[in-house]
Amino acid sequence: MKISNSSSEPVKIIGRVHKALTPQASLWSISVWLLSLIIALPIIVVFASIFFPSEDVWQHLIDTVLGVYISNSLLLMTGVSAGVLLIGILPAWLVTFYRFPGRSILEWALLMPLAIPAYIIAYTYTGLLDVAGPLQSLLRESFDMRYGDYWFPEVRSLPGAIVMLSLVFYPYVYLLARAAFLEQSAAALEAARSLGCSQLKAFTQVGLPLARPAIVVGLSIALMETLADYGTVQYFGIPTFTTGIYRTFNGLGSSIGATQLAALLMIFILSLLLLEGYSRRKSAVFETGYRRLASRERLLGSRLVICYFVCVAPVLLGFVIPFTQLVVWALVTFENIFNASFFQLALNSLILAFLTAFFALMLALFVTYAKRLYGGFLNEASIKVLSLGYAIPGVVIGLGVLIPFAWLDNQISAYTLKSFNFNMGLVLSGSIFVLIFAYLVRFLPIAINSVDSGLAKIKPSMDEAGRSMGRSPLTMLRRVHIPILRGSLLTAVLLVFVDVLKELPATLLLRPFNFNTLAVRTYELANEERLAEAAVPALTIVLVSIIPVILLSKSMARSDYKNDEITRT
Amino acid sequence: MNLKTVVSFVLGFFWLFMGSVFAAEVNVYSARGEDLIKPALDQFTRDTGITVNLITENASALIRRIESEGVNSPADVLLTVDAGRLYRAKEADIFQSIDSEILKSRIPVAYRDIDDKWFGLSLRSRVIMYDKSRVDASELSSYEDLANPKWRNEICIRSSSNIYNQSLLASLIAHVGAGAAEEWTQGLVANFARSPQGGDRDQIRAAIAGQCKLAVSNTYYLAGMLISDVEADVEVAKQVGVFFPNQAGNNESERRGAHMNVSGAGVVKTAPNKAEAIQLLEFLTGDFAQKFYSEVNNEYSVRSDIPVSDVLRGFGDFKADSLNLDTLGRNNESAVRMADRAGWR
Repeated sequence: MKISNSSSEPVKIIGRVHKALTPQASLWSISVWLLSLIIALPIIVVFASIFFPSEDVWQHLIDTVLGVYISNSLLLMTGVSAGVLLIGILPAWLVTFYRFPGRSILEWALLMPLAIPAYIIAYTYTGLLDVAGPLQSLLRESFDMRYGDYWFPEVRSLPGAIVMLSLVFYPYVYLLARAAFLEQSAAALEAARSLGCSQLKAFTQVGLPLARPAIVVGLSIALMETLADYGTVQYFGIPTFTTGIYRTFNGLGSSIGATQLAALLMIFILSLLLLEGYSRRKSAVFETGYRRLASRERLLGSRLVICYFVCVAPVLLGFVIPFTQLVVWALVTFENIFNASFFQLALNSLILAFLTAFFALMLALFVTYAKRLYGGFLNEASIKVLSLGYAIPGVVIGLGVLIPFAWLDNQISAYTLKSFNFNMGLVLSGSIFVLIFAYLVRFLPIAINSVDSGLAKIKPSMDEAGRSMGRSPLTMLRRVHIPILRGSLLTAVLLVFVDVLKELPATLLLRPFNFNTLAVRTYELANEERLAEAAVPALTIVLVSIIPVILLSKSMARSDYKNDEITRT
Repeated sequence: MNLKTVVSFVLGFFWLFMGSVFAAEVNVYSARGEDLIKPALDQFTRDTGITVNLITENASALIRRIESEGVNSPADVLLTVDAGRLYRAKEADIFQSIDSEILKSRIPVAYRDIDDKWFGLSLRSRVIMYDKSRVDASELSSYEDLANPKWRNEICIRSSSNIYNQSLLASLIAHVGAGAAEEWTQGLVANFARSPQGGDRDQIRAAIAGQCKLAVSNTYYLAGMLISDVEADVEVAKQVGVFFPNQAGNNESERRGAHMNVSGAGVVKTAPNKAEAIQLLEFLTGDFAQKFYSEVNNEYSVRSDIPVSDVLRGFGDFKADSLNLDTLGRNNESAVRMADRAGWR
């Protein structure tokens, strides 16, 4: 069993340099760099805008709102970090290592909030808890009070937003923490317990540190989602970078100003990623070959009660209550919305999600495996650059994608016009190709993160063993790594699929004619303040997303048992 | 399933979506929500056989999209919900002048561009709505009065990020000057009952719930609530009074009338289907479409011969501000900055 810090540096470096010099390495690595450049193009376009200072706009921003944007973003990040860590880690631990009635249901139920877009939760809770909503109205009627006579937490506020976002994003931490706990060797924990470690100590001093890389990944995904969120903060009236970007773009008519704000936002993210990478560098954690599901302890008495509270509350607040509200609304407006065009909507969403998830998986494997095989600063840098895509608000990615593709299209058109006297018109822009590309820019980081953290847990000695038996890297990938990685791969596919279903801003900007998705429909209806009608497409997104969520959870549990068999032979 | 099959599937999907239609068609970029415009467009297709391809998004993004698509942009018509955006589109040089007698005869001069580049299709007013049980109409007078300290903590209004508020502020800048408008904005912000959140209908609901006494909103929102399927909304709307500001006063400025805004459209310079685009604009000023705007969307028609819907008639007659609508666009940026300085989120 090995929890190692970087061992024998010189040997490793020599090995890596040697690998990097082989022709396959060059080919593969170059492809990776090219790929990251292409995918990073929108990001580059956004960064390039820094060099076109629109001083006027910046001075105004600095004078008035920039400070507020920064402080609110920082507060949100801090609050949501605390929120998702508190809500996500404990249930993961309890569900993995303890036995209690309802455990197997809670195991996948805790993932449910993933199926609901953040702004939908914001809308539903506002509908429920706002001054004009049913709860406060009931309060006022029952006790004969007017507004102002009683104290009630204001849901549309910064703390409110922190709670909303924590409820929606904790599953990322839960998911990755649980995967880490599951894949840990039970031996480590058993050893700890046999040496007299209390349960608490086993958790804090053995289990948690082992799972730290995965938890940090989950946390960074949650934070990037938080910084990129627009719907919730806009609805709650909280000025942040994203609302500022939209406002500058729309109000001041300055797309340069908007992209510069976006560049600033990305610098935030970059520092986050650097911090995360730094913390991971310090400890390389490998799983051992010996994986056995720890026998689960039964929970009784007061511990059982606490356990239920910790595990059930997130599901209740993050899923059950919003879901019920959506169902109630949908039942009222059902007939108006459900028709042939609605099915077309659903089909569009599903096709987009499926295609994107597929490509994201292929690309993620391509990129992370290259890093594993050939290492090198540039491969790592490529991955970091690609990760930035996650933090850029949809509208900016949309612009960043639209500009180069439109340019390309116009060039192609000009060329065909000159050579063949035939105007091609716009071929790429306005097709779903561009849309999927934008999605990849935005969501590839999720797939990469997931695959990367899964790969990181496989010992290099396994690669070396395979190579010594004469297997090429590709064969190794297919027959050794992918089967072991199945959980991470499925996580990657699931997360990308669900995120594409929910995606809004880039879709609005880039979608082809007569092409709508469920998310766009929900947003349009919610924007026209027809929340009850928005519930139908919203509910469809949720229902469709639930299936992959359950599938994932089941497969994670199943791979448990399968690995038992593999490792026993 | 081998790699070849998968790849051909994928390519097949792409091809499906990239195919184009060869019948007569017109491509519309609309800032108007789909539901609010589609029925009229469908009728247009039934009448003329021309297919309408629609895409909806907010106006700024659409303008950027048309700009970056350049010469090959498929956009024929740009439809917006605010005059300020029409102005901006014209400034970005994406419209072309249209010579149409029909449009000129149907639309009053005040509601179309002087260079025939954009045309107003429907009107709305941004007015003061109040809780009838707690406020008497005699307490209200003008937009300027909203900054009066007597309304401290009593005003609900949405974010200044919203174009309707920006245009309202733009019109104020034009009427009372930048200095007075700056003071007014600060006074208004001091009177907020709560930090701006939600849309216009949320402001109305908050007023009835008791969080504030006044709400600023467009006329069609309240009208929509009055005829809504949702019981709660109807209940709330019945308790709301509508006040058209600046109807009376001591001088020209105070008597100028209620702030008007226009939703309109123009033909894009690089339109591939220009003739069809003009046909569409003429249709949208025709009887069917104008009646649709009036009765279904509860807006005021640009044509004086189209009757106002029953709901709107209930709001009463009023004098409309005849300010040149270009001004709303010209002052838009100053309005946004003014709002930023005053802390109007």
